[in-house]
Amino acid sequence: MNEAQQVSGPEEAYQRALDAGRLIIQRCGECDRSVFYPRTICPHCGANNLSWFSPMGDGHVYSTTTVRRSQEDGGDYNVCIVELAEGVRLMSSVRGISPDRVIIGTKVRTKVVKIDGKGLLVCEAK
Amino acid sequence: MAGCGEARGYSEIEILAQAAHAAISDAGLRLQDIDGLCTANLNAAMWPLNVAEYLGLRPSFIEGTNIGGSAFVAHLQPAMLALSAGLCNAVLVCYGSTQRTATFGRKARAAARNMLDPAPFDAPYQPFNPPSSYALIAARHMHEFGTTRQHLAEVAVSARSWAQLNPAAFSRKALTIDDVLNARMVSDPFTVHDCCLVTDGAGAFVMMRADAAKDRPQRPAYLLGIGTAVWHRTVSNMADLAVTPAQDSGRRAYAMAGMQPNDIDMLQLYDAFTINPILFVEDLGFCRKGEGGPFIASGLTRPGGKLPINTNGGGLSCVQPNMYGVFAVIEAVQQLRGACGDRQVANTNAVLVNGNGGNAASSQSTAILGSSATL
Ligand SMILES: [Zn+2]
Repeated sequence: MNEAQQVSGPEEAYQRALDAGRLIIQRCGECDRSVFYPRTICPHCGANNLSWFSPMGDGHVYSTTTVRRSQEDGGDYNVCIVELAEGVRLMSSVRGISPDRVIIGTKVRTKVVKIDGKGLLVCEAK
Repeated sequence: MAGCGEARGYSEIEILAQAAHAAISDAGLRLQDIDGLCTANLNAAMWPLNVAEYLGLRPSFIEGTNIGGSAFVAHLQPAMLALSAGLCNAVLVCYGSTQRTATFGRKARAAARNMLDPAPFDAPYQPFNPPSSYALIAARHMHEFGTTRQHLAEVAVSARSWAQLNPAAFSRKALTIDDVLNARMVSDPFTVHDCCLVTDGAGAFVMMRADAAKDRPQRPAYLLGIGTAVWHRTVSNMADLAVTPAQDSGRRAYAMAGMQPNDIDMLQLYDAFTINPILFVEDLGFCRKGEGGPFIASGLTRPGGKLPINTNGGGLSCVQPNMYGVFAVIEAVQQLRGACGDRQVANTNAVLVNGNGGNAASSQSTAILGSSATL
């Protein structure tokens, strides 16, 4: 069975794309709004014809926190909510700069990284 | 109440039963008179079964909905409907947790819950929940409205100043704004003093129809209005981080009670974190959106202030066994009875209770309780 024939729900399809290094999100065929996280029905209007597309990957930090952690456990790290240009918000983490430099409004680009073989969406400051 | 603070050596069902016994005796009833049961627990999915079995109850009305810490405020609504429909005559609402001293630790329980009920789109980023979700909410509120860490600290100091008047409170040591600001940071902008306690504790109360409650030994508190609202589960799916479902639950409670914010004498607000009371005074109409920080910093919620908040010390300083809602109701009833000793606020006739639940102010349940003067 090739990848195209494989049956999977939206959660599995989303993760499979991430594992292949691609970010895809859904858009509703009825109300035209973008949807995240992946679902079988649209939470805005209740329609069931959602389809996948690749967002531009541009966004900004909507809110942010530094989770404090001891140095031996890996040190402090960033957890944030990012709003993509397509209008959806998602939890992520800004990597590559120290967590205290991540502020609300910081412009970011999404990036898919592999952790233990699984794709994960993170962000880089622009 | 029973086992508040540390109940070392006891299990959660044991202190729950002690609290239930105390509440039933206080109501002048016997266990056999209880024919309705409302209860919930974070670890057991079918908790009403555990409680009915332990207490030897065969209730005709059972309610076990768990929407987080607000559950025991939310239970007031189905209990009220069941009583007025004649399904039962005396409803026991009860909760207990030994999360602080349980030998099966908090970390193991939290990990087990995360495995059974994952949040797959948030979990990979390792938010330290619940603090990180409320921290994200606080950071956004600070960004939009200029709320400061000092404003947050004022909430903790107000709670502590009430706890100092309550011999049963867990944390009673003097606390200053600087103590809060300089404490160990957990998840910015929260230090440990912006986060609620982790204690053991059990609480219970009994609900009856108003006509039947008149003949009981204690003066009853009357349920004047109740409303519940759920909008989301995770913080990443909260439509506006500065607005909670308390706007809806509050509106419903005011409408049922035929009251407005200026009819309320006192607030019992679920203060899981210092941002919560700030959000709730805004969403429940005591000040405008964005002004909650300066509103509380003005001192009017402290002892002697015009609008007392959390007269027992709240979850920040009195007791917080994982779900706090039942204790907010109990403190409201105690204040309406005039049974609060040094912390008693004179002329308390209408108390608003706001329960909060979930990792991101996800569920809100607002109740308005009144003395006989409000009928
Ligand atoms: Zn739609």
